[in-house]
Amino acid sequence: MSAPLTAWVEGVGLLGPGLPGWAAAAEVLSGRAPYEARTTVIPPLECLPPAERRRTGKVVRLALSVGLEAVRNAGADAATLHAVFSSSGGDGENCHEICQVLAGAERQISPTRFHNSVHNAASGYWGIATGATAASNALCAHDASFAAGLLEALAQIRTDETAVLLIAYDADYPEPIRARRPIPDTFGVALLLTPTATKGSLARISAELSTAPAVLLPDTRLEALRAQVPAARSLPFLQMLARGEPGTVVIDYLEEQRLQLVVSPWH
Amino acid sequence: MTPLALTAFTATSCLGRGLDATLAALEAGRTGLVPCAFETVTLDTHVGEVPGVDAAHLPPELGEFDCRNNRLALLGLRQDGFDQAVRAAAGRLGPGRIGVWLGTSTSGILETELAYRRRDPATGALPGDFRYRGAHNTFSVAAFVRRALGLEGPAAVVSSACSSSAKVFASARRAIAAGLVDAAVVGGVDSLCLTTLYGFHSLQLVARNPCRPFDVARDGLSIGEAAAFALLERPGNSLAADSVLLLGTGESSDAWHMSAPHPEGRGAGAAMTEALVAAGLTAGDIDYINFHGTGTPSNDAAEARAVAAVLGERVPGSSTKGATGHTLGAAGGLEAVICALALRHGLMPGGVNTSAVDPELRVSYLRDSRRARLGRVMSNSFGFGGSNCSLIFGRAG
Repeated sequence: MSAPLTAWVEGVGLLGPGLPGWAAAAEVLSGRAPYEARTTVIPPLECLPPAERRRTGKVVRLALSVGLEAVRNAGADAATLHAVFSSSGGDGENCHEICQVLAGAERQISPTRFHNSVHNAASGYWGIATGATAASNALCAHDASFAAGLLEALAQIRTDETAVLLIAYDADYPEPIRARRPIPDTFGVALLLTPTATKGSLARISAELSTAPAVLLPDTRLEALRAQVPAARSLPFLQMLARGEPGTVVIDYLEEQRLQLVVSPWH
Repeated sequence: MTPLALTAFTATSCLGRGLDATLAALEAGRTGLVPCAFETVTLDTHVGEVPGVDAAHLPPELGEFDCRNNRLALLGLRQDGFDQAVRAAAGRLGPGRIGVWLGTSTSGILETELAYRRRDPATGALPGDFRYRGAHNTFSVAAFVRRALGLEGPAAVVSSACSSSAKVFASARRAIAAGLVDAAVVGGVDSLCLTTLYGFHSLQLVARNPCRPFDVARDGLSIGEAAAFALLERPGNSLAADSVLLLGTGESSDAWHMSAPHPEGRGAGAAMTEALVAAGLTAGDIDYINFHGTGTPSNDAAEARAVAAVLGERVPGSSTKGATGHTLGAAGGLEAVICALALRHGLMPGGVNTSAVDPELRVSYLRDSRRARLGRVMSNSFGFGGSNCSLIFGRAG
């Protein structure tokens, strides 16, 4: 990479097991509060019309919830934002239901199941919910999906000089896929990133590719989460953000390369 | 944006393997759509199936990626010397300086569909040969192509339904401009599967006969499959006159409906306008437009309104989906390559199967192929979830 890619973090949204929102999660990640492992609770979605709301699965609710939280925490207007959605598996429940029906005699998929099967379903519902008409991406890079989404957002911030909302999210599969892709629970993180600082900026981040090993988390339960959920590969970075201290952290990306993030708190 | 050169490109679809076969079929106005005999599918429809996909064997060291989608990817990579061109670029730039951005909608889902028929009757478990990472996961095609070409740079799959492999050009454009990579393999690979065939059928969007984009009697799409690739690089100092450049990209969201386009083509128009602005061009600079043109009543109506509003009613255009079928996540890549062929050979491909253009669609629709010197062309790709992308390509000289 010729020069590190930089951005300012304006707002964070987070939902995961025992991590119910950024404010509470920051207490835990910074060590100010103990971690209590609990199943992820996804709040009901108020932002979609009832007809659309009924059609959404938990993956879409997860993605929209963390996205809205980051926008709220930043005091931004969701309708104006570019977005990058990144997920390793998308809607595994929906995929399972379709495969089950296709393995039967009738093969009659519901139209809603089919349109929800696209990897950009969360992006589509986000547009309907917020009225955001700017570019929105939908990425997948298996276990590298968080860092791939972050790089996409940072490249867009560098070249197009626009604010980008990154939403990385993953959900657990039902059986039988679960046995082969054992993601234990849902986890979503959203970062509202901007090209220049504002008075509400949390930190400046500067990213470059690295071959150094990824940072592990000292808490064994959080480390297990990091290792098992692709979107939770963000946790060491979120921990640094929660502590509000400057530092450098290396997170997982593709097999032979990692992403190094230099975090500089703003206030 | 700074233009990027397509220093190598190739396409494999039901029209044939590689550029010569594709160009010959487009010139002749031939369709590759045939009555559906895919797998055990019993739908009364036509498909654009690529012959011989399953005979493409992955090398043993890449066996973990074996699935129909990656076999099609391999078949595609081997045409027109594309794989050698990428290896040569990797030798020049370094394998870590070339990224991979590919589009797909369903990746290796066919293998999962088949595995669900072979679940353990007692436990419900999937068979032992089910491969999540190499076949099922949406990223598998980019992981496979990256490995097959010996590349070590950044990589991602864009999976935004039918705009996927158009949007990869925008992602790669940004990555190159940001200095993340010096070159990028872009394109799309999508293969026939039951999810899309039965899924589009459930939405009553599949035509019985070969699809007829922009026809007054159009009644749905035909599903196809394809692998299309391009190598994007900063242009060197000595470009041949028939070199093809990526001049502009535009992306937008409808924010309207999950499976229907905005009726006025609001997002489509925004993507086209953004692409023109990025290229520093105006409507009068576009010589030909390759429509998204799926052949569904609502898509073609919305697109025609958007095109008429942004480019006017006079720019000649056609949809090549009557020839190739709608190759979904590969459509943007395939039609980018068709645009590159159009520029290089001065050919505006006619839209096959369309016999009476819908008079309500106020565009200049080409039913027959036409020879003309083309300077700049536009390609549209729109997907479920209201995901839109327009690309502009041009000749170097």
